[in-house]
Amino acid sequence: MTRRWVSFALIAPLLAFLIVSFIVPVLLMLARAVTDRDLDRTWPASAAALRTWDGEGLPPDALARTVAREMLAAHRAGTLNRVANRLNYDLVGSRSLLYTTADRLAAGAPGETLADLARIDRRWARADIWTVMRHADGPLTSYYLLAALDRRIDTGGHILRVPREQAVFVDIFLRTFKIASLVALFCALLGYPVAYLLASLPRRIANPLLILVLLPFWTSALVRTAAWAVLLQTNGVVNDLLQYMGLVDAPVQLIYNRLGVYVAMTHVLLPFFILPLYGVMKGIDPTAMRAASSLGAPPLLAFLKVYLPQSLPGVAAGAVLVFTLAVGYYVTPALVGGGADQMISASIAFYTSQSLNWGMAAALSLLLLLPLLLMLFAGRTMVRTVPA
Amino acid sequence: MLMAGTRLPLVEFRGVEKRYAGGSAAAVAALDLAIGRGEFLTLLGPSGSGKTTTLMMLAGFETPTAGDIRLGGRSLADRPPHKRNMGVVFQNYALFPHMSVAQNLAFPLRVRGVKGRKAADKVVAALTLVKLDGLGDRRPHALSGGQRQRVALARALIFEPDIVLMDEPLGALDRQLREHLQIEIKRIQRALDLTILYVTHDQGEALALSDRVAVFAGGRMQQVGTPGAIYEHPANAFVAGFVGENNRLAGTLVARQGDRCAIQLAGGQIIRATAADPLLPGDKVVAMIRPEHVQPGAVPPACCSTLEIDVDEFAYHGDHRRIAANVPGAGSLIIRVPVDMAAQRGDRMTIGWCIDHCLAFSASEIEPGKTS
Ligand SMILES: Nc1ncnc2c1ncn2[C@@H]1O[C@H](COP(=O)(O)OP(=O)(O)O)[C@@H](O)[C@H]1O
Ligand SMILES: [Mg+2]
Repeated sequence: MTRRWVSFALIAPLLAFLIVSFIVPVLLMLARAVTDRDLDRTWPASAAALRTWDGEGLPPDALARTVAREMLAAHRAGTLNRVANRLNYDLVGSRSLLYTTADRLAAGAPGETLADLARIDRRWARADIWTVMRHADGPLTSYYLLAALDRRIDTGGHILRVPREQAVFVDIFLRTFKIASLVALFCALLGYPVAYLLASLPRRIANPLLILVLLPFWTSALVRTAAWAVLLQTNGVVNDLLQYMGLVDAPVQLIYNRLGVYVAMTHVLLPFFILPLYGVMKGIDPTAMRAASSLGAPPLLAFLKVYLPQSLPGVAAGAVLVFTLAVGYYVTPALVGGGADQMISASIAFYTSQSLNWGMAAALSLLLLLPLLLMLFAGRTMVRTVPA
Repeated sequence: MLMAGTRLPLVEFRGVEKRYAGGSAAAVAALDLAIGRGEFLTLLGPSGSGKTTTLMMLAGFETPTAGDIRLGGRSLADRPPHKRNMGVVFQNYALFPHMSVAQNLAFPLRVRGVKGRKAADKVVAALTLVKLDGLGDRRPHALSGGQRQRVALARALIFEPDIVLMDEPLGALDRQLREHLQIEIKRIQRALDLTILYVTHDQGEALALSDRVAVFAGGRMQQVGTPGAIYEHPANAFVAGFVGENNRLAGTLVARQGDRCAIQLAGGQIIRATAADPLLPGDKVVAMIRPEHVQPGAVPPACCSTLEIDVDEFAYHGDHRRIAANVPGAGSLIIRVPVDMAAQRGDRMTIGWCIDHCLAFSASEIEPGKTS
């Protein structure tokens, strides 16, 4: 009992650090994917009134009056843009509608009834702006998550696909998972023999080779990616070599397309596959292979029946690690990929740092995180079924 | 010898030598050894004496650098391990951790194309043979050390190999379990008429189990023979010291007549012994006498040699007592005496032995790895 408290006390600082600097910020960020506080924080009375309204047709005058008052107050306090931006996501034009209305109210136009507002701008007499406000009344919303799946709720509450030309995220997600899966597969194909070699060589020879595997860890991904750009360019070393060997007549496009992404990402992530697998392979009793052949199994059969199954937890660990990292990759596809090779993290970065739509960024992150958590869980159970 | 007569030996080592790359000395040198069908032969020697290397060359995991190994009269030189049909029990058992016990046992059957009912029956029979009925579904890591050992043995037997090779199979087990399993192995060997090449560094185990024992030291076979021959007539000081308990008294040969000789010990006392090596007066020699062959007190003079000793320790061992004594100027000595004898620390006493029991060897022989 005391021992347990002592060990807990020992890890407590790290735990506190993790909670404060990692878990809480991540959760707060992810919460933005499902919360919608722009309107109800700025216009609390309107939000309360919107929630009590049945949403049928046009709102009562009392609601219109509350909205008009809070619109004017927010305009004076300089906080109107939060609501304006929020409503504009759902209904293009809401932004200008709010600002012109607020300007006129500030200039003395009456705002006591729905009819008053409709006199300022006719759009107030239409149901859609009110429905949109009702959807935005918080505190929770499905807006961002649906948008991240190329879906939206229409003013009548039905879930619809967005028009084809606006539907981008599902394609990007599928592309991201496809690229990450293939990179994990390439890492497995290239990394398994290397890990096997490292694990079976005597330490004296394996250790220097292991350093060669680790070397890429000590150079930044940016530098390595830039190096690939040099190697793979139209007049680069690889193209020269291919032409010299007579394999191709003219330079082939090796970069700024999907091929470049696969080559560079596989290289960058390969150590993450090799290391866990090497660790698992080191733990495999080498006499088990000898036992298999003494029992009559030819080398290939011994490998397939005895070695491979014991190394699978390492393959799973390495593949999950590479896939997880690849799914979040950003720099490499941006540098060596073409326009059609961008992955979902590029969109997340765009919403985080350029359009400042953090709700959207959070929704995309959440959708990226959920399959990863599932995979990690599946990987864990897979590792657990094969004891070391 | 057991294979004397017209029967061909099952396995023959002919002038076999093994040098590992980078190793200066040969791990095994000039090995000539024949194993008869149905024989239980044990390689006995201290750690590093080349036992495992010998076994691995026979199993095909190491290649001899010189000489030839034959199975049933045919050279094994070009036969890979999986075609040798030898059951190997590894020191660490080498069970497949990702397979159940039954799957481990079925493995050699499966690779031989034996499947289904027939394989299942064999697995059940093998489990019964090693007294593990009902444990077929367990994973190896859920078994005790002794049970794993039994699984390894059953797996090495189930495909009816020509010979079973066992490398210190009981080395990792505690004493009681080891003795129990020794009896089991012997029982199974008799029941199935197995040929076994067994490796151990435990001389008690070797003597108890084997038809013949081959004693190894420094990569060379020192002597091969029945346990009785090895114990009673060791070929050199190493074998005398390694097999069973033995006292060593160092001295100089002063006279020799036939195989009888007189040795002057460092302290000046003269003892008599049987020369087991060709020795000449003036040679440095060691006289070896087993504790149970030393007789305390008065002894008939005809076949006897006597020695004055000082008692250092007098210890009770249940069925006997042991005296640790000091031979003035010539080192120490252990004597086994009946329980009813009385003595105490500091006593001076006279001991003696039959000259047949005290063997004199040239002192230049290899030093034994252990003497008890
Ligand atoms: N793979 C190897 N490479 C180099 N030297 C080895 C190798 N295996 C064993 N040796 C050496 O060969 C000698 C005999 O070893 P081994 O056959 O394992 O002895 P034992 O089984 O009697 O303990 C030892 O000196 C050991 O160091
Ligand atoms: Mg050994």
